[in-house]
Amino acid sequence: MIFRSSVRRFTPMVAMLLAAAVAFFTLACSRSKGPAKTVIQDTGSDTMVNLAQAWAEEYAKVEPAVSVEVSGGGSGTGIAALSSGTVDIANCSRRFEPQEIEQAKKNTGKDPHEVMVGYDALAVYVHKQNPLDQITIDQLAEIYAEGGKITKWSQLGVKMPTDSDEIIRVSRQSNSGTYFYFREAILGKGKDFKLGSRDMQGSKDVVELVTKTPSAIGYSGMGYATPDVKTLRVAKKAGGQSFPPTVETTLNHTYPIARPLFMYTLGQPAGATKKYIDWVLSDAGQKIVLQSGYVPLPKSGAQY
Amino acid sequence: MTKIVKRPGWEILAETAVEHLIRLCGVSSILFVFGIFFFVFREGSHFLFHGFRPGEFFFSQEWYPTSQSHVRYGVLALIAGTASVTVLAMALAVPFGIGAAVFVSEFCGTRAKETLKVVIELLAAIPSVVWGFIGLTVMNPLIIRWFHTPIGLNVLNGGVILALMSVPIIVSIGEDALKAVPDSYREAAIALGVTRWQLIYRVLLPAAKNGLLAAVLLGVGRAVGETMAVLMATGHAVKIPTSLMDSVRTLTATIAAELGEAPVHSDHYQVLFIIGILLFSITFAVNLTADLIVRGVRGK
Repeated sequence: MIFRSSVRRFTPMVAMLLAAAVAFFTLACSRSKGPAKTVIQDTGSDTMVNLAQAWAEEYAKVEPAVSVEVSGGGSGTGIAALSSGTVDIANCSRRFEPQEIEQAKKNTGKDPHEVMVGYDALAVYVHKQNPLDQITIDQLAEIYAEGGKITKWSQLGVKMPTDSDEIIRVSRQSNSGTYFYFREAILGKGKDFKLGSRDMQGSKDVVELVTKTPSAIGYSGMGYATPDVKTLRVAKKAGGQSFPPTVETTLNHTYPIARPLFMYTLGQPAGATKKYIDWVLSDAGQKIVLQSGYVPLPKSGAQY
Repeated sequence: MTKIVKRPGWEILAETAVEHLIRLCGVSSILFVFGIFFFVFREGSHFLFHGFRPGEFFFSQEWYPTSQSHVRYGVLALIAGTASVTVLAMALAVPFGIGAAVFVSEFCGTRAKETLKVVIELLAAIPSVVWGFIGLTVMNPLIIRWFHTPIGLNVLNGGVILALMSVPIIVSIGEDALKAVPDSYREAAIALGVTRWQLIYRVLLPAAKNGLLAAVLLGVGRAVGETMAVLMATGHAVKIPTSLMDSVRTLTATIAAELGEAPVHSDHYQVLFIIGILLFSITFAVNLTADLIVRGVRGK
């Protein structure tokens, strides 16, 4: 009896709630009905994720009928997604490997089409208190490569202000384009990283960990530099001149570890995707590259 | 005055339907477990029988899944990582968890008990990624400052985070186990003039042994299977730890970090599934041992 009366008491309230929910739902539905939006799926490189987001936001103002959905995860994630045909654009901070092109062709029947959209100087970061100012490619290889001999800051002639002398190597997860590029450019073809590095999931995480860890060294895109972390000057050889990662040193090829950034599509881009990539390559799109901390394509369109 | 109620036909029908539904729910859990095992095994099986080198897999610590020159799949360091973090987590969580369970069930007043239980359940409701965040942003600088280590993302950090995550499970299940001990045991013991400590140590803990063991093993399961928090808190470095201050990488974190990238059906992808089989076997062994122990205890 008690149960039943309580049910009866609540019935009007439940009914009202239901009515409200139904009303809200229909309203929400009718609102979302409008001109259908074209969606461009854009995923991949973590180095480029902020840049891609900035492009997408700006493009929403230029072309409100098109929405670009950006996600990161690493160049490898973008490549895997493009070869299974689930995205329209893959952002990559490295080129497709031959077997990845094969894979994409086998899965989708189309060739991945490459568009260069900007450059990134791969910056080497250390903690603010670290007295080190410059480093050579060979030293980086000795620090990071399998079999490399440098494990202590004192081996680089650096007296750390804290009592710990061990170099904490910060690296990236193995699908990262930055990881691939660093491995090839610094360690050499076919070489591997020394085990025991802290492998971060994102470009930002690398810089953050280095900012908080006095004896750490890490590499990440130049766009992730902050005032709280020190960016090293990099020299090609011992005794050679060293350069900071900037727009000028990247464009005049003096900074030794700069790399192009790509967007890949399946086959020639077409329709909304082509329009978007053309806009990215236009002056308006390239301005955003500079604003995001990366290097825009030179006007001449010269290959790097 | 009683009236014989004849049940309408639809009611009987509904009852049978519900009965079948409940039976289906019961059976489905078995189906799901076998389904999951079958799927994981199928994804990894091709490599497992062709080109899989168990010697390298179990006894090498060289994990180079994407090497250009020499791909190596050695998970010894990852097993060591999972083991070290789990052991530390249990060493911290078991005494705390069982202690808290005893306190909540035997010493608390009603009001304190309710408050404590709510708070502990709240602790269990914190998502693991938030724990990972705490490890990364709060524990990391603290460990650096207190222990003068170069980096705070290590076994200690991961172990403490995992301990905090498994304590609520151990407490709530342990408390249930202690509550299930009949009051007549307590009354009999008190009538014999035992102290409170003797009551707990000699009567309650032995009587609730099975339940407490189940609590601990569920905690172990949580610690072995936890992914997000350890991915963020342990430093994610392939290395066999020699001290609490070393960074490690766990089996689960490796799968989480690399499965998204690995091209489907490549060797790397299949090896990650073999790691999945390994994790499955570990938890299966833990559960089986628990079951056997419980049965052994019962048989006596």
